[in-house]
Amino acid sequence: MADYHWPPANRRALIGKREKRIDGPVKSSGRAKYSYDINRPGMLWGKMATSPYAHAKVTRIDTSAAEAMPGVKGVVTIVPEGQEVLWAGQEIVAIAADSEERAEAAADAIKIDYEPLPYLVTDADPEHAGAEHSKQLEARVTGNPDQGFQQAEVISEGHYGLPVITHCCLETHGQVTEWNGDDLTVWSTTQNVSGMAGEYVDGLKQQGITVAANNVHVISHYMGGGFGSKFAADTWGIACAQLSKKTGRPVKMMLERDHELMVAGARPSMHAHVKVGAKRDGTLVAWDSESWGTGGPSDAGAPRLPYIFEVPNVRARHTAILTNIGPARAWRAPNHPQMALISNAAMEDLAAKLNMDPVDFMLKNMNLVTAPDRAKTYQEEFAKASELMDWKSKWHPRGKSGAGPLKRGLGVSLHTWGGRGNLSNCLVTIHPDGSVETSLGSQDLGTGTRTVIAIVTAETLGLPLEAVKVNIGENKYPPAGASGGSTTVSGVSTSTRRAATEALNSLLAKVAPSLGATPDQLEAWGGKIQVKGNAAKSISWKQACAKMGASSISGTGKTSNDLMSSGVGGVQMSEVEVDTETGIVKIIKHVSVQDCGLVIDVRTAESQVYGAAIMGITYALFEEKIMDQVTGRCLNPNMEFYKLASIADIGEIVVHMMTGPGYDERGTIGLGEPPVISPGAAISNAVANAIGVRVPELPLTPDRVLAALGTLEKGGVA
Amino acid sequence: MSPHEDKPRPDGTEKPDEKREKNAQEKKLRDLSRRSFIKGAGIASVAASAGALLADRVLEAAPRPQSGGMAGGVVGPGEVPITLKINGQIRKLNLEPRVMLLDALRNHLDLTGAKKVCDRATCGACTVHLDGRAVYSCTTLAIDAQGHDITTIEGLEPKEGLHPMSQAFWNNDAQQCGFCTPGFVMACTAYVEHEPNPTYEGLQKSLGGNLCRCGTYMGIREAVLEAAKTMKTKGGRA
Repeated sequence: MADYHWPPANRRALIGKREKRIDGPVKSSGRAKYSYDINRPGMLWGKMATSPYAHAKVTRIDTSAAEAMPGVKGVVTIVPEGQEVLWAGQEIVAIAADSEERAEAAADAIKIDYEPLPYLVTDADPEHAGAEHSKQLEARVTGNPDQGFQQAEVISEGHYGLPVITHCCLETHGQVTEWNGDDLTVWSTTQNVSGMAGEYVDGLKQQGITVAANNVHVISHYMGGGFGSKFAADTWGIACAQLSKKTGRPVKMMLERDHELMVAGARPSMHAHVKVGAKRDGTLVAWDSESWGTGGPSDAGAPRLPYIFEVPNVRARHTAILTNIGPARAWRAPNHPQMALISNAAMEDLAAKLNMDPVDFMLKNMNLVTAPDRAKTYQEEFAKASELMDWKSKWHPRGKSGAGPLKRGLGVSLHTWGGRGNLSNCLVTIHPDGSVETSLGSQDLGTGTRTVIAIVTAETLGLPLEAVKVNIGENKYPPAGASGGSTTVSGVSTSTRRAATEALNSLLAKVAPSLGATPDQLEAWGGKIQVKGNAAKSISWKQACAKMGASSISGTGKTSNDLMSSGVGGVQMSEVEVDTETGIVKIIKHVSVQDCGLVIDVRTAESQVYGAAIMGITYALFEEKIMDQVTGRCLNPNMEFYKLASIADIGEIVVHMMTGPGYDERGTIGLGEPPVISPGAAISNAVANAIGVRVPELPLTPDRVLAALGTLEKGGVA
Repeated sequence: MSPHEDKPRPDGTEKPDEKREKNAQEKKLRDLSRRSFIKGAGIASVAASAGALLADRVLEAAPRPQSGGMAGGVVGPGEVPITLKINGQIRKLNLEPRVMLLDALRNHLDLTGAKKVCDRATCGACTVHLDGRAVYSCTTLAIDAQGHDITTIEGLEPKEGLHPMSQAFWNNDAQQCGFCTPGFVMACTAYVEHEPNPTYEGLQKSLGGNLCRCGTYMGIREAVLEAAKTMKTKGGRA
């Protein structure tokens, strides 16, 4: 029988190589149909009227004028009269019309009266936020912090922080819904194909509509970005299904861009005052932090500070500021980019005060990394990153960047993430004509999930990649976990490996007699079924499948713990050039060194890490959801002023995946989150190294850089 | 309107007081949502309320009357016949004059390769070619696109296989979620057709009119350089 364990390096035809993504052509030719692209016969367009107030009671809704407009077919009230809205942009009424323009005009014509109520949309002044807006989440003490600081020979204090940013998925949230009798079909842009039916069952039940989960058909073949924001049906999903039910017609309702940026995804802010102390030789002894941040109306969990380094004496307090900015959603590696910025910037400031190279400083404290073997991973990653950055020859002490207005500097950061696989089920079917299908109710967010599934199936069956058809993106396939927290690659690849092995073993049993062998003497390799160690005794894959008769063979598999693990490291280094006359920060080079156990496809894995570096550069330099306390509204809900990095903003990016002995044996581990954690800290540290002073808050915009330089001239923190 | 277009604007000749008046009018217009204004009002009321300057621009942009309903060059707000030449084919539609080219393609012709993302000429996901030039179809009125050769990604691609630019995007993994990809492929193709020998530095300046959220720019840089070579040997358009 074939063994399901991962093959050794010398028996891998596809795993660990650089395969091109299998859905590349359909995407790059524009043929891929996203939910936004679904046009159904007789389809209506849904649009929503939303609150202009950050907090208000809805006192009156008048849809009569809107309903009388040409082409309007149906209206659904989301927030009824008498109820409160808690953020600007909250949905109140949804309306459907026979063209997008008519629906938009009709939504504008809906009259809603409000009684405005007090609100808070800023976390800038936590001390005056008031009890109803403050929630202390943590007050943790380990060791004896006061004694620790007495032992410290050098102490660094600073303020660090980063604002709320949005997900800004290019395909906005939304869906097309269509009823057919008791059946509801939803073309949803989602990270949660298998879990979405339940979302609709529950959400519609609250609106008095009963639908059975097995009657909800969810389709998401291609989706235009999620980053943690697309797990739920959301208000608009339920309202869209209600509009469809009411009008008896399919309805497409996708968020407008401004609405998307206002409500459909925000990463919580975090700010902190930090005091950290070490011995003269760099040994960390004490940490004290007072941190706060906002994730909207509910708290977003407490950070674990300091990050990575288990400093012996710690006092860490965190307060959530509850605001009317709209709800937070998981943003790629929830809380980690914030913790990395606050902790690793504080550590770099301390290293600067110690006159130590920050890499030496971090290596000096590797004994405080408590996860088993993690310190070894970091040491190897520091070495690789230093080599790729040419750190030793480029690094200079803080601020010693020479004369002239252009200052170069280097910064470093490290991070960690779990990434254990979610529970996924897989079905592999081998047909008598030799074709193979692998089916899971999973989804490909652009991470390469489809490709990974095809690689594992083809590797297991000894076939070329093109021989495998992958069926994902529909909930009619075996249920698979939602794609969040870097859980997908292990969920799909281990379940696929098990399912494909089971299917193969059934095939081997059928083929064995004709080869005069027992099934356990056979293997699938190079498009053949052959006797192990005797390639002369073989039959082709097609001939083997012909022996199955008229019916197909299938195998099922579940996520398999012995094929995967969790817990990664990751080290990043950034080189920047700061124009001290304009305050503009330019990325010269960014190095990302990342481990994630056994890499199934190096090409798409590298793309994940490149992409994370670019998202990281973007939040380090440009992104901020700017809220206005005077009006309670977001000031930049558009892509001119909510800025994303362009192709010219990213400098040279170098990615290195740690693979081979020491890494491959761990099995698969998720990759999506970890590489996006460190860029903010590495870039902030590089800017401090370049200009000689910390710019306390991200994004590192020219005004902030110039303000920090101003404090330096006044003899501020060096 | 276009990432690569540099049309001379008809300013610069007015007297100072006329210019002041114009600025005041333009400010008034800016205070409205430009897009919902144009979309909601129809061409006639734009002309009526926006003063001479904007009216001139609008009327200049409006189609030459071909059939009824357009007396005096004023059309809408109801549907009017519109003829578009898309991917070499003549397509006749009845559209309200406020309908954008992007919405005409996506909602009325099921040509969904061009995407709606920013919806205000920032991100380039809606890029199509108008007479071989890259334009943002989200802020081009369909009525304005009459009389031009419109190419969408559906028309760029050959029946079999891939256009060299799409192939290069695949080869260099210049896509993740893929939602910005068709717009990028269109912008990159127009760029290489105008600049057959692109450089690393040059392409970064010229392709800043398209944005990606997943972070695929490293692959896109390589794809453009690779496609420039293959387009030279195979020819650009399919």
